Amino acid sequence: MTLVADEKERFLDLQAQFERQQPQGWLKNLRQAAVARFDEMSFPDVHNEDWKFTSLASLLKIPFALSDKVAVSADLRSRLDAETLPSARRLVFVNGVYSAELSRVHQAPSGLTIGGLSGIENDVVRAHLGAIAGDDSQVFTALNTAFLHDAAVVVLPRGLVVAEPIQVFFVAVPGKRATLIPARTLVVAGVNSQAKVLEHYLSVGAAEDVYFTSAVTEFALDDNAIIDHAKIQDEGHEAFHIATTQVQQGRSSTFHSTYMSLGGRLVRNEARVRFTGEGSEATLDGLYLAAGRQHVDNFTVIDHARAHCASHELYKGILRDKAHGVFNGKIFVREDAQKTDAKQTNKVLLLSDEATINTKPQLEIFADDVKCTHGATIGQLDAEGLFYLRSRGIGLEDARHLLIRAFANDIVERMRIEEFRPLVQRRLIAPL
Amino acid sequence: MLTIFNLHARVDDKEILRGVNLKINAGEVHAIMGPNGSGKSTLAGVLAGRDAFDVTEGDVLFDGKNLLEMDPEERAREGVFLAFQYPVEIPGVSNTYFLRAGVNAIRKHRGQEELDAMDFLKLVKQKLKVLHIEEDLLKRPVNEGFSGGEKKRNEIFQMAVLEPKLCILDETDSGLDIDALRTVSDGVNALRSKERGMLVITHYQRLLEYIKPDKVHVLYEGRIVKSGGPELAKELEHKGYGWVEEGLKEPAGA
Repeated sequence: MTLVADEKERFLDLQAQFERQQPQGWLKNLRQAAVARFDEMSFPDVHNEDWKFTSLASLLKIPFALSDKVAVSADLRSRLDAETLPSARRLVFVNGVYSAELSRVHQAPSGLTIGGLSGIENDVVRAHLGAIAGDDSQVFTALNTAFLHDAAVVVLPRGLVVAEPIQVFFVAVPGKRATLIPARTLVVAGVNSQAKVLEHYLSVGAAEDVYFTSAVTEFALDDNAIIDHAKIQDEGHEAFHIATTQVQQGRSSTFHSTYMSLGGRLVRNEARVRFTGEGSEATLDGLYLAAGRQHVDNFTVIDHARAHCASHELYKGILRDKAHGVFNGKIFVREDAQKTDAKQTNKVLLLSDEATINTKPQLEIFADDVKCTHGATIGQLDAEGLFYLRSRGIGLEDARHLLIRAFANDIVERMRIEEFRPLVQRRLIAPL
Repeated sequence: MLTIFNLHARVDDKEILRGVNLKINAGEVHAIMGPNGSGKSTLAGVLAGRDAFDVTEGDVLFDGKNLLEMDPEERAREGVFLAFQYPVEIPGVSNTYFLRAGVNAIRKHRGQEELDAMDFLKLVKQKLKVLHIEEDLLKRPVNEGFSGGEKKRNEIFQMAVLEPKLCILDETDSGLDIDALRTVSDGVNALRSKERGMLVITHYQRLLEYIKPDKVHVLYEGRIVKSGGPELAKELEHKGYGWVEEGLKEPAGA
């Protein structure tokens, strides 16, 4: 236990060092409150049910430093341009700091608030930032807020429909020292508003550099709002990526999301949805690809606190070598949440004898008129399918690739942001 | 074209084929009939290269080449086609994509140029027309959500597109209603030619009213115990497989 305290001390020291560079103001108060909560908690170990299959030992033994300001390289620019959709607006953060130079928020429709946090610290932002992602029990959310100084902000007023996708890039440019890179996003969608939001996490530079991305994304959907969301986690090989998305959904709102996890050494993707109004719908899809010794943990929580809400989860994993995958899907159906329709599925392809998956559905149902299903399938490539393809002349290797791609492609086909599919095909599916 | 000599095969420790001998010349249609468990599907599987079967003895020559030494894809490229008894569902792969991959692998093997998307579409649309199959089949994922009849029709469609030298039909008639049976047999008959051999495996004589075989063989306990013309199928229909069993019990020379 003293060990854990030391690890916490290191982050507190780092935070104090960080705080000295920051100006006074409301953000400082937000951070100080988070520091206090962080100080009361401890990092979870594997005895914590929510972290049973993910050990943080490799993360916590590293003394992280604050990241330096870096110059914008040609590499960084070309990488961003390659992943920017033709009509998209983009917000770019380099090592957690907003870059107005790299961002493109041209011709924003009237009423749309979009940009880095400084300059748009209005009442809506103040009311929501940190309030959606409650950090009472989540040590990594508290940690993120303790280092909160910049954020991607998108605020859609009542009735605004933005057709073009909004891409948020968090680019890590790590150095020789292991650094902590905080990433924060806030999306507030007013009544009847609609938008497509994409989060990209990537690294430019030496692929072997160690760093720690701590990400928190908050979505507040008011009544009838529609948000289509996708996230690509494409960090460096030695990166730690611990992320939480918290979604709060008002009446008859729709949140449709796809979480794609490709890079990183130790990855935790939490997606939490809370229904605060009736008649809403949430879809959480996931595609996680891991090889080598990668560890990828997907943790979802859907809180059916109101009646007549539907949630759909389809996560698919492809694990090779000694990769370790985790899927933990919690669904709470509260006492009054009648007519809840919740469906959860995790399908995993294990492509080597040494790859492992831990999958754990966790349903807690307190209402009596509900439909809740969950299922998991874990297996290798279908031998019958392989033989069938080969019997039509398709070579063994081609047949294997074809089946693996088909398995993953399902998730791409379900993505609602259609203009994003070609990039996902190129970046994730084609190399399979 | 195909010569099977003294073929023995087992699954796990169970010997299923116990010395099958069969010769099919180009242009001929052979039917193999037999009761459940006689080894019909094992024979089809061994010829197509299914690895669940262990060949312990015997040879199979296809156009003079040792078929048993080839991988399943090599056999397909050489011109062997198996219409599956239970066609496999492949979610996420469209019929078009699947079939084009097969056609081009075979064309490449033959030293022909690969077909581009346009030429391929032209080819398959023409085949669909001949077989009276709807075009939406092309976009659908391979066999996923297909009815039994649709799956079997899809097998015949694939066969028509791949234009194999040897067609093996493994109980393609099983479970089909009369309309589907007609479509399937029309498709097969359209493919009959002087260059092509066919091995039609069936449990029932019904199919052979639509596909007239040149020769009929009865497989029983892993051996071909009787061979004859189309009349043999009729006789079996009347007398049942019990008749074959009876015949085998009679002392030699009786």
